[in-house]
Amino acid sequence: MKQNKTQLTPEEKKLFGDLMPEDLEEVIHSGFNRRHFVKLMGLATAGLLASHLIGAEQLFARSLDLEEIPDLIPEAIENGVTVNFKVNSSLSKVTVDSRMTLLDTLRERIGLTGSKKGCDHGQCGACTVIVDGNRVLSCLTLAASCEGKSVITIEGLAKENELNPMQSAFLKHDGFQCGFCTPGQICSAVALMKEAKEGQASFITKDIREHRQGIMLSEEEISERMSGNICRCGAYPNIVAAIKEAQSGKSIEQSWLFAG
Amino acid sequence: MTPFKFSIADNPTAAIAALTKNDHAAFLGGGTNLLDLMKEHVTNPTEIVDLGKLAFKEIKNTSSGISLGALAKNTDTANHPTIRKDYPLLSKAILAGASAQIRNMATNGGNLLQRTRCSYFYDIAMPCNKRQPGSGCAAIDGFNRMHAVFGWSDKCVAVYPSDMAVALSALNASVKVMAQNSTERTIAIHDFHLLPNDHPEKDNSLKHGELITSIEIPKNNFAEHSAYIKVRDRNSYAFALVSVAVGLEMNGNVIKAANISMGGVAHKPWRATNAEQALVGKAAVLANFEKAAEAEMRLARPLSHNKFKIEMGKNTLINALEAAYKG
Ligand SMILES: Cc1cc2nc3c(=O)[nH]c(=O)nc-3n(C[C@H](O)[C@H](O)[C@H](O)COP(=O)(O)OP(=O)(O)OC[C@H]3O[C@@H](n4cnc5c(N)ncnc54)[C@H](O)[C@@H]3O)c2cc1C
Ligand code: SF4
Ligand code: FES
Ligand code: FES
Repeated sequence: MKQNKTQLTPEEKKLFGDLMPEDLEEVIHSGFNRRHFVKLMGLATAGLLASHLIGAEQLFARSLDLEEIPDLIPEAIENGVTVNFKVNSSLSKVTVDSRMTLLDTLRERIGLTGSKKGCDHGQCGACTVIVDGNRVLSCLTLAASCEGKSVITIEGLAKENELNPMQSAFLKHDGFQCGFCTPGQICSAVALMKEAKEGQASFITKDIREHRQGIMLSEEEISERMSGNICRCGAYPNIVAAIKEAQSGKSIEQSWLFAG
Repeated sequence: MTPFKFSIADNPTAAIAALTKNDHAAFLGGGTNLLDLMKEHVTNPTEIVDLGKLAFKEIKNTSSGISLGALAKNTDTANHPTIRKDYPLLSKAILAGASAQIRNMATNGGNLLQRTRCSYFYDIAMPCNKRQPGSGCAAIDGFNRMHAVFGWSDKCVAVYPSDMAVALSALNASVKVMAQNSTERTIAIHDFHLLPNDHPEKDNSLKHGELITSIEIPKNNFAEHSAYIKVRDRNSYAFALVSVAVGLEMNGNVIKAANISMGGVAHKPWRATNAEQALVGKAAVLANFEKAAEAEMRLARPLSHNKFKIEMGKNTLINALEAAYKG
């Protein structure tokens, strides 16, 4: 990661001066960069100084550029682990605290905020991503365990300006209302296509003793297979229609109508 | 989560050595149970040893049956052509559990070691003998609708949650484990999980640092007549209130052998031996299924909020026997 030597802005100097006057001179002269400043401020907010920092938050939000985020100062990381993996087909290298989940790493360190944190306990599917071809829950995956793996998130599904057919199908069928669960739903649905192609069974599959590849899924099968993705808005019928259309390639009648 | 050291084990010896050195270290399989418990501070390991790079991922035929690698994923196990064809009961039970995403992560070994879903066990503000020995049990006089009707003690009334293990119990599986100096031992599935008695904190007979390497299932003649029925609060993606795994071996209309195990009713997969005995040598007709279900559930000891599990257990047993007979 490239070193960012951005110096403190006048406002930041003032803030720092107010909070830690005895350290200001040293900090300015030793060429302390903004990242360290931000980290120090972060630590300060945990203590008594928090009340002084109203407004500071915006200051940080304003000018922190993305590239800077993955490169935390080593002292800020407990039990650091460096992970080399592929995210949406680009190689990524990121040093994380051993406790960091893949979900938090994607969202907070790599800046891919498509994957959502719903329950954080494996119960809702909002954080679903595709790792080495299989759908998994990024909230129950330690980033440190992803060394050498390939991760696809919702951001990686479209090619250039062309949406993945599953994304188009969700749009066409109104497969979402608030949209919160949608990235997880779509990643799950994309992986489901591969599972059906391989002939994987679900709990409701009849005759599981026979192994047939390339099965066309019924609505009941799609619902069962998507049961790990919870939608609080109840967009299920439209989600199922979208998946059905994406799988069959045949246009399926929209299940909703405009009023009037 | 509390801070911990993380490493990826290159070989089983190193993995076992790391745990042997540290009483507070834990193996990481798929992480679907361990991480959940760590986020809730129910368990706080200081060191995590990732097993992802180890072998033990194969599912292979052996002279006596089939061997499931401990690190094979639940999805791959349920979909293995031989398992689907010759051990469909196991496929069904695995597919009845969790969601596709979780089954893609969960390993066979980790599945057996998942801990109870008792809500008081998960809530560190509540007393729980399983989480903190000697602190008491909040469930025994609390809200115990999900809890045990068989085999509980006054120290713990929790149920064991794995669906896969219920099928493995009906299939007389055994668990192979490796300890220091590569010594191996095999534990019958019936001796693997423990009833709570005075020590509910001990879920199973595995010692700290022992690594599960495989699960062995002997050949059987149940493939044609087996069933896994799971009753839960939602249609799918929920833990069992009651589940039943049945394997029947038929001789015309007469039951030659019956293996039956129940989930959601005890601290371990509950082998329904009384129902089994009532069936062997009998005709496969509803009246006999009812008698067998009655024989098993007569011995149940319900708690204040789960009397319904007795009727539900009977009906689920009967349904599972009918489904297994039909094939
Ligand atoms: C929302 C949700 C719903 C679920 N629903 C169901 C359900 O309906 N039915 C069901 O059966 N299960 C269900 N599960 C549980 C799930 O099946 C288990 O969490 C999973 O099988 C555990 O496997 P794992 O590999 O992820 O284990 P981990 O979480 O990695 O490990 C579990 C334990 O086993 C130890 N361990 C792992 N591998 C080994 C080994 N080889 N040797 C020795 N020790 C080892 C670990 O140290 C840890 O203590 C659900 C889980 C979630 C989160
Ligand atoms: S039933 Fe067992 S796990 Fe639940 S609170 Fe009581 S001791 Fe704990
Ligand atoms: S956030 Fe991962 S399953 Fe809910
Ligand atoms: S669209 Fe709102 S949660 Fe699914």
